Amino acid sequence: MSDLHSLVDEGHVVICCGSGGVGKTTSAAVLALEGARRGRNAVVVTIDPAKRLANALGLEVLSNTAREIEPERWDPDGCSPGGRLSALMLDTKSTFDGLVKRYAADGTQAGGILDNRFYRNISSALGGTQEYMAMEKLHELHEDGGYDLIVVDTPPTRHALDFLDAPKRITSLLDNRIFRMLMTPTKAGMRVAGIALQTLLRTIGRVVGTAVIDDVVAFFRAFEGMEDGFRERAATVLALLADPGTRFVLVTAPQRDAVDEAVYFADQIAGHGLSVDALIVNRVHPQFGDEHAAGLRARAEHLPGGLREGEAKAAAVRLAKQYENLADFQEISIRERAHLDAIRSKVGTAAVATVPLLPHDVHDFTALSEISEQLFNQNR
Amino acid sequence: MELEQFCSTSRVLIVAGKGGVGKTTVTASLATTAARAGLSVLIVEVEGKSGLSQAFAKPDLDYEETDLAPGVRARTLTPDHALVDYLESHGLKRISKRLSNTGTLDVIATAVPGMKDILVLGKVKSLERDRAADLILVDAPAAGHAISFLLSPRGLLDAVSVGPIRKQATDVIELLSDPSRCQVLLVTMPEETPVNELVDTAFTLEDRVGIALGPIVVNGCYPEMDLDTDPGEITRDAEAAGVFLSAREAQDLARAAAFRVERQELQRVQTDRLEQRLPLPQIRLPFLFSDDVGPAEIGVLADAFQDGIEAL
Repeated sequence: MSDLHSLVDEGHVVICCGSGGVGKTTSAAVLALEGARRGRNAVVVTIDPAKRLANALGLEVLSNTAREIEPERWDPDGCSPGGRLSALMLDTKSTFDGLVKRYAADGTQAGGILDNRFYRNISSALGGTQEYMAMEKLHELHEDGGYDLIVVDTPPTRHALDFLDAPKRITSLLDNRIFRMLMTPTKAGMRVAGIALQTLLRTIGRVVGTAVIDDVVAFFRAFEGMEDGFRERAATVLALLADPGTRFVLVTAPQRDAVDEAVYFADQIAGHGLSVDALIVNRVHPQFGDEHAAGLRARAEHLPGGLREGEAKAAAVRLAKQYENLADFQEISIRERAHLDAIRSKVGTAAVATVPLLPHDVHDFTALSEISEQLFNQNR
Repeated sequence: MELEQFCSTSRVLIVAGKGGVGKTTVTASLATTAARAGLSVLIVEVEGKSGLSQAFAKPDLDYEETDLAPGVRARTLTPDHALVDYLESHGLKRISKRLSNTGTLDVIATAVPGMKDILVLGKVKSLERDRAADLILVDAPAAGHAISFLLSPRGLLDAVSVGPIRKQATDVIELLSDPSRCQVLLVTMPEETPVNELVDTAFTLEDRVGIALGPIVVNGCYPEMDLDTDPGEITRDAEAAGVFLSAREAQDLARAAAFRVERQELQRVQTDRLEQRLPLPQIRLPFLFSDDVGPAEIGVLADAFQDGIEAL
């Protein structure tokens, strides 16, 4: 059975995934912090963190290189000898630009691509680019960063594990056959197809404007020759995800919609031949005692004082409210436990850890440490 | 405000908010409230799958309209579908399949950022023009995406200088910037980060999209209770009320009370802060302890919605 301790002690890459609003970024930060506390050289890659958490991590702006956080800030007592903690906030566009520069034959080719409007749309507006670049950044940190532990937060996608599919999707876009045929209309046997395509493009041009088509054609012309490099790179990123040193952490909250999403994610991860190593359930309501809600409500209704007058009656009314309140929490607690059981059965031998619903948002290292204690103490 | 008056302020209401704040639940409850007032409601789901049909205990939605409840219909309107639809209605029916099979469609959609969003909004606009329902509720994409979704027509005007797509964008901007036709209902929870993000989204939408904002819906508010957090006091009340309370029971009651009192205080701080930073009326919907959202819970929330609207 996997557990969270071995995850931060031995894992090399930790991918945190889950739907939006379940505390994914916070969980990623906690895992990296714990790794650093245990003496590892850890980095957390965040995607669009809440402002105050970003500030705590020393991330005022998007930065494409990881910045080390001074140990005094996350380890004021100096009890983590050798550990280092860094953070970065993914800058999708510059990561993509970097990739283009890396695979371009020369500065002219790179410049031609970077200035193209179609490229600018791919690198900033295309759905899936953020996921792809998160994985690309992960690969870069793995290759050149010298980190022992790389924790990656993933964009909150609603449907699929886009970070697993995005590299393939985007490389197939870059590799579009129709447009590549257009680039070489004079090749033997392609002339006829070329003419048909030209007609097609003119028709499309009438709908969206010819300038758009010109941009696309110019892009594919400039991109010529780089497809292979991109495809290979995407393949190595996927290979890194399948590496035994890579662990998947599913983050969720105990509500039906979040749990349904998490179950879906778990199935997707399994479908890619990977497995969930840990499940973190945030925002769990506390449980107070073990009496059933129905019993508590019945008692609230049948207080002897309720039939009397004066102070006895007033006390009964007050007490009834206390019972009603406790009953509310018992109800939600039972429901949350049912959701937890449902998701637990889906993640096999993964470690399961819960974090209570916190009274305050998490935006400093003290709060991150508290969560860390919660997570790691229940997990032996 | 009268319920009928609220529901006829504009035919299109776009419900938007950060992931996890219960946008879909709010959409379902508002639809129910409006249907009770005798209006016909059409819910448009732009992200395909959501918990919407589940909330009404119905099977998954489709591109074709289905009935979810009396007076409430719903359909999906996904970007991919809207794009194919558009090409077909612009004389490209014959080749649209080939375009999508060869990936050319993806290339085009990428070349024109926000094109798919425009097509979705364009379709909403034609539903509005055809008076497809008295009230059209659009369950928008989650927060960050909602902004780019609603900004798409302006971006497109910069990128595309001629053609029917540009005309489409102009029409959509007209719809979005006319408060008598279209408004945005922002949803949040009484917690710090969701409140912060809501305020940012609100200003962006007003400044950059020029869209009118309706009241803010604060979802998941603990119904306020006046409670005792001292086990001694609780035990004394129990004695006066004529029941025996063990020390443990008194402790459990006190701890549960303390937890709720703290949450209530926090949500008060957050709703006050929201009010200060964003001077818009708020409609508060209760947190549901009893069960996950289904038809009965939607009914409870619809009641709260109605109270909230009438108190505006």
